[in-house]
Amino acid sequence: MLVPIFFIILSIVGFYFSGLTGDFVFQQMILRLARNLVLVMSLMIPIISGMGLNFGIVLGAMAGQIGIIVIMNNGYTGFNGFLIAVLVATPIAIILGYLVGKILNKAKGKEMITSMILGFFANGIYQLIFIIFAGTLIPFKNKDLLRSSGDGLRNTIDLISIKSSLDNLLFPNSPYPIMTFVVIILLFVGIYLILKTKVGQEMRAVGQSMHIASVSGIDVDKTRIIAIIISTVLAAWGQLIYLQNMGTFNTYNNHEQVGLFAVASILIGGASVNKVSWKEVVLGTFLFHLLFIVSPLAGQNIAGDAQIGEYFRVFIAYGVIGVALILHSWEENKKKSLNLNFDLNNS
Amino acid sequence: MALLEIKNICKKYGENQVLEDISFKIDQGEILGLLGENGAGKSTLMNILFGMPVIHNTGGYEGEISVDGQNYKPKNPTDAMKFGIGMVHQEFMLIPGFSITENIKLNRENTKSSLTGKLTKSNKLNRLDTKSMKSDADEALKKLDLKIDSLLQVENLPVGYKQFIEIAREIDKTNLKILILDEPTAVLTESEARDFLEIIKTLADFNIAVLFITHRLEEIKSITDNIVIIRDGKLIETAKTADVSIKDMAKLMVGRDISTSRLRKNKQLDDKDIILELDSFSVNMPGEQVKSINLKVRKGEILGIGGLAGQGKVGIANGIMGLYPTTGKIYKGTNRIPVNNPRAALMDSIAFLSEDRKGVGLLLDNSIDLNIAYTSLEIKNEFLKKVGFFNVIDGNKVKSHADKMIEDLDIRCTSSKQNTRFLSGGNQQKVCIARALTLKPDLLLVSEPTRGIDIGAKNLVLETLIKLNEEYNTTIIITSSELAELKQVSDRIAIITEGSITSILTPEDSDEKYGLAMSGKKYEEVTDDEY
Repeated sequence: MLVPIFFIILSIVGFYFSGLTGDFVFQQMILRLARNLVLVMSLMIPIISGMGLNFGIVLGAMAGQIGIIVIMNNGYTGFNGFLIAVLVATPIAIILGYLVGKILNKAKGKEMITSMILGFFANGIYQLIFIIFAGTLIPFKNKDLLRSSGDGLRNTIDLISIKSSLDNLLFPNSPYPIMTFVVIILLFVGIYLILKTKVGQEMRAVGQSMHIASVSGIDVDKTRIIAIIISTVLAAWGQLIYLQNMGTFNTYNNHEQVGLFAVASILIGGASVNKVSWKEVVLGTFLFHLLFIVSPLAGQNIAGDAQIGEYFRVFIAYGVIGVALILHSWEENKKKSLNLNFDLNNS
Repeated sequence: MALLEIKNICKKYGENQVLEDISFKIDQGEILGLLGENGAGKSTLMNILFGMPVIHNTGGYEGEISVDGQNYKPKNPTDAMKFGIGMVHQEFMLIPGFSITENIKLNRENTKSSLTGKLTKSNKLNRLDTKSMKSDADEALKKLDLKIDSLLQVENLPVGYKQFIEIAREIDKTNLKILILDEPTAVLTESEARDFLEIIKTLADFNIAVLFITHRLEEIKSITDNIVIIRDGKLIETAKTADVSIKDMAKLMVGRDISTSRLRKNKQLDDKDIILELDSFSVNMPGEQVKSINLKVRKGEILGIGGLAGQGKVGIANGIMGLYPTTGKIYKGTNRIPVNNPRAALMDSIAFLSEDRKGVGLLLDNSIDLNIAYTSLEIKNEFLKKVGFFNVIDGNKVKSHADKMIEDLDIRCTSSKQNTRFLSGGNQQKVCIARALTLKPDLLLVSEPTRGIDIGAKNLVLETLIKLNEEYNTTIIITSSELAELKQVSDRIAIITEGSITSILTPEDSDEKYGLAMSGKKYEEVTDDEY
């Protein structure tokens, strides 16, 4: 509980010094929650399955972006365009998730660092495809997507044709992304239901002890692959929701920070590498993005330089991951030595 | 027709024959005791029966097993469960964060159909039926006369309860015919163990066959109908329990056909000249805990430490060296050595040959000569020369010393520059000994010196140790799972059971005494009249 309390205090102080109005911050927070919750949520199932923080959601985000590139190339617009992007991205995410799951099964106990490096590696392939192959090996109909040289995608792609297509579905004039929140709630309920099924019980068992689960006849490897597939698919959907809300697409940057920011969010919310619920997801996403909004201005007002606030934000994002991981292994060790002492005293 | 029949089972791990031609059978409602020392092959046999993956990954087994007349060849635990074979493992197979109910129904959860299940037509996506799960669990607990809320988390339960929950899980399996119990009472207190044995008898009344493995001979005597004794992978005896006395069981379990001649002459030792004293010495080594022992070692002695695996014998040397959390006092002569400080132990002229040769003992990717020199280099600043302000390793000295050792100990290698990874087990062990010799220790701790070494090399290693003792008057504490080996070289042998010293025996003592000591009893205490 320490971590979220620390960040709540930090946010309150930051908010006070930023001089922002409550109204503005509220508006911003609603938007940012809608934008990011699904991405953060995608980390839940691997945590419960004992695979730690899945930095591999970067691959899911790439799958989502491939969906966007496909619909932009074919000129689909509006909510239909968004749906088609989802339909394109999902199978890609399933395949990528399966591959990530296979690899993580070979690296049991080192899932976090492995998934993080996999993200970097996949980024290389992504760039290879969309800088070098796009327009040359892969024909593009929509030449506006390509650089003036005719090969490679542009750095930024305008998504005005699908902007807010999910957010404002059925409520075209609302300033709030109502439908997105409906989808988010449905996804949370979906995860809750999955965890209540037999598959969910198996995931929790595998998460607690792979050895005991396998002795009980549970197929550990398969369960872990399913967990990563669900995570990757959710990340793909999350990235699509993010992009339709933003309305612009940084072809080569948008996915890069996805894993890091989502992981920082969920940890700030008080989750650990093996324990999580929807409350941590929501609280963490809220606090992390609140800091995003207030820290540059607070830095400006305290130190006379927005860069200072920006610096603290980045510092905090990495710092919190480090601290949370250290705290976790520290607690694990403490538990271990307690158990042993207990055994000794018992005899 | 027998319920379970095992015929001519053989199993090899690599070149190592661990089971040879084992056959026996169990009838319905029978309690069969399986007896054997560590490494006798009990666990391997159980792993075969329960279809543990380790068997399949190492090339399977030979022979036939039948259950109820049906041929049975398990590939995984699920197969075993289908045939009605359940197992309570030596370590708890309970998930700490789950409730009792969830543990009892693990991977056999009751489900009720739900939308997701209907859509995918898969039982796996059906919702759990927590109510019927709880009532099933309660019923299983009731059979065991256990009054406890089945929604409690397992984590905080006392150890005794956990064992009962394991049993409850097995009897909840409706088709359970055979229950394998692997050292189930090892973690229980005496009164818990007594209750537990009562329950085993009740299970037999339900017509379940029980295969009971334990090293506590009196338990075998009190509850089993028949016994099977295996030794070194071979079937030694099948008999009615009533026909065999506890002392005979101990003898059959330990006795060796091969007479092992002593390699060492008996030595006159001064009982007042104590080189090492342990005072209420406890070591927190996972799986090998030592619980407040007192021990005196005489100067110039070779002290053997024996006992079954997991009883704590390995913990003693590791504790003295400070490799695991330790409490109590260690005196070297009159000098008190701080605990939990490996460097202090080394400085006090204590050297250690670890049982984990490859993990702790050797730098596998470094040459033989550096391996021999590096502890002395680190602790005693030997093999160094000054170049300007810096101390650098004196390569020539290191090499010439290593060459001498290679000749003295007959280490087979291409040169002293060969990496230790490529040496055979025996030669790796000799490199470790050479390193210990280089330190010129007063006290040498040796753990499992001949594990994984072929028979010819074994004697060489043991003779080297004796020579070291005789020529330099180095005191040696040798820990080994092989009693025969301890008897060959030691002056006294301490047997460790459940973290404490049961008895200190001489090499001439009988097999019965050793067998009983390993099951936690003194020879004098045991009579068959009690049972």
